[in-house]
Amino acid sequence: MKLTKRALMTGAALAVGLAATGVAAQDDVTKVGFVYVGPVGDGGWTYEHDQARQKVEEHFGDKVETVYVESVPEGPDSERVMTQMALDGADLIFTTSFGYMDPTINVAKKFPDVKFEHATGYKTADNVSVYSARFYEGRAVQGTIAGHMTESNVIGYIGSYPIPEVIRGINAAYIHAKKVNPDVEFKIVWAFTWIDPAKEADAAKVLIEQGADVILQHTDSTAPLAAAQEAGGIIGFGQASDMAEYKPSPRVSSIIDNWAPYYIDRVQAVMDGTWESKNTWDGIAPGMVEIGEITDAVPEEVKAEALALKESIASGEYHPFTGPLKKQDGSDWLAEGETADDGTLAGMNFYVEGIQGEIPQ
Amino acid sequence: MDLSSIDPVLLIASLMVAATAVMIAAIGELIAERAGVLNLGVEGMMITGAICGFAMAVQTGSPTIGFLAAAAGGALLSLLFAFLTQVALANQVASGLALTLFGLGLSSLLGQDYQGIKPPSTPRIDIPVLTDLPAVGRIVFGHDLMVYFGLALVAATWAFLKYTRAGLVLRSVGENHDAAHALGYKVVRIRVMAIAFGGACAGLGGAYISLVRVPQWTEGMTAGIGWIALALVVFASWKPWRVLLGAYLFGGVTVLQLNLQAAGIAIPVEYLSMSPYIITIVVLVIMSADKSRAPASLGRIFHATH
Repeated sequence: MKLTKRALMTGAALAVGLAATGVAAQDDVTKVGFVYVGPVGDGGWTYEHDQARQKVEEHFGDKVETVYVESVPEGPDSERVMTQMALDGADLIFTTSFGYMDPTINVAKKFPDVKFEHATGYKTADNVSVYSARFYEGRAVQGTIAGHMTESNVIGYIGSYPIPEVIRGINAAYIHAKKVNPDVEFKIVWAFTWIDPAKEADAAKVLIEQGADVILQHTDSTAPLAAAQEAGGIIGFGQASDMAEYKPSPRVSSIIDNWAPYYIDRVQAVMDGTWESKNTWDGIAPGMVEIGEITDAVPEEVKAEALALKESIASGEYHPFTGPLKKQDGSDWLAEGETADDGTLAGMNFYVEGIQGEIPQ
Repeated sequence: MDLSSIDPVLLIASLMVAATAVMIAAIGELIAERAGVLNLGVEGMMITGAICGFAMAVQTGSPTIGFLAAAAGGALLSLLFAFLTQVALANQVASGLALTLFGLGLSSLLGQDYQGIKPPSTPRIDIPVLTDLPAVGRIVFGHDLMVYFGLALVAATWAFLKYTRAGLVLRSVGENHDAAHALGYKVVRIRVMAIAFGGACAGLGGAYISLVRVPQWTEGMTAGIGWIALALVVFASWKPWRVLLGAYLFGGVTVLQLNLQAAGIAIPVEYLSMSPYIITIVVLVIMSADKSRAPASLGRIFHATH
């Protein structure tokens, strides 16, 4: 029984009875669940998802009820959490980490009436949508700043897991750093975790010891920035969230994920009964990816160049993966002027030419 | 692959830092286990110490007071475990697991207002001539005080257990609590003190992570180090120097594998990532092939019935 607010009011006006309205009011609430990979206070990835959850609550008020479970390990544990949410009557569940992909599909099969939204994955079903942000657009801007700012010409990169999303980020940052600074070299360390502050700090320290003076991170906590600050003279970027507490340096800019508009949109679709499975991949233009303030630690002309790049990406005039580009092994990938298609990007499992090292398989 | 980019001096210096937290926590647990108490709540006490130390250091601006508060916080939480297991005679394994879960929850509650705040920095000692010595200077004289405290703690624990009367009493309680009781030793009191010591050490270890190694507060930031500390105690056969060795080995391989990755060495990263765990376990298992064994009363409940 799905009642709109008007039906509810009419029901009340007709004085059908208190008990009946009570039941109706309960049914009118759309219950939305969120599964987080880190704590809501990580200051990065999960923090932004939770901000969006709060915006959903603000937007819909009493019509929506949200629940979340934080620090859910990827794998079987997440399946248990999702199942519990579905059993508790959730209408829509957002699973916000790549490693929840198969668990989401499994649970979705068991609950065909519940809608699922999986972040950063690629497997869909009738009741499973996927959504992600084109973080690589932001990485291109970061790479430009990093290439200009490095004096040692060594840029450290802390990767989480070797999945397409992370590899795209490395490639986009490298291409644009190289463009403004042909001598630039990337040192890449895989942390094999999304969030472990001690390990992230260790990784940052190691990169700094090995000569990196710019640290890019694809892990979720602010620990690498803390390590950069401790070392002094090192710059870094906010990841997934603004990480403004490290302004103006070491944090000179950031990539911010803004999920709120998408979440509100999807919750609305469930309420209206118009929800259907789709694949969303938005970037800077619709505002899903935002570039945080570029601080004064960056020279004016570099800032201007970075912002110009951001504008041209937003307007669709420029694609961060535009040929000529070769793969790491020297084979041709994109011809002059050709841009990468979404299929290749979504499954990207190779470095572009110039990056040293191998991707863990 | 370019191994020359790895500076061995910096490597050794940073492995000492990476090993300190797990070492201090493991020494605390070692004392508790030698007294016959199996406290699986190390992770919970560490994270509680991490936030207590962080909060106090931020409030007072003094890392020293932060570390003292961390020790107090860890000890206080461990007294809850002491009450459950020594007074209420609850199962130690279950109580310890509960303590970890409780500690994780409590710490995130306490830490609500401390996210994204920078703690006052803990100074490294800097002795003009000595610290500037090539190689040795940075390794031996260039750390923060907690690194030296950790080393001193290992030495003191070893001497305490081996040479002092109090150490002998503590071990006797751990080996056979009935006999110790019959001799007139206060089994429960001794165990409560050992548990509190373990809690204080775990708290210090946690604060070392939140104040020095990272330094910042994030929920769940100890990320399993408490469990490593527990495992170290077992694999080190309840011997302090082996805890030191195990901790340095673990810290060393952790730092080394990151260094090798950054240097682009051609070993698959997955193997590098698991290497700290495997190498530490293998070495300590080989070493524990001698006749050492667990304290005989470990994990058993004591009740003075007569």
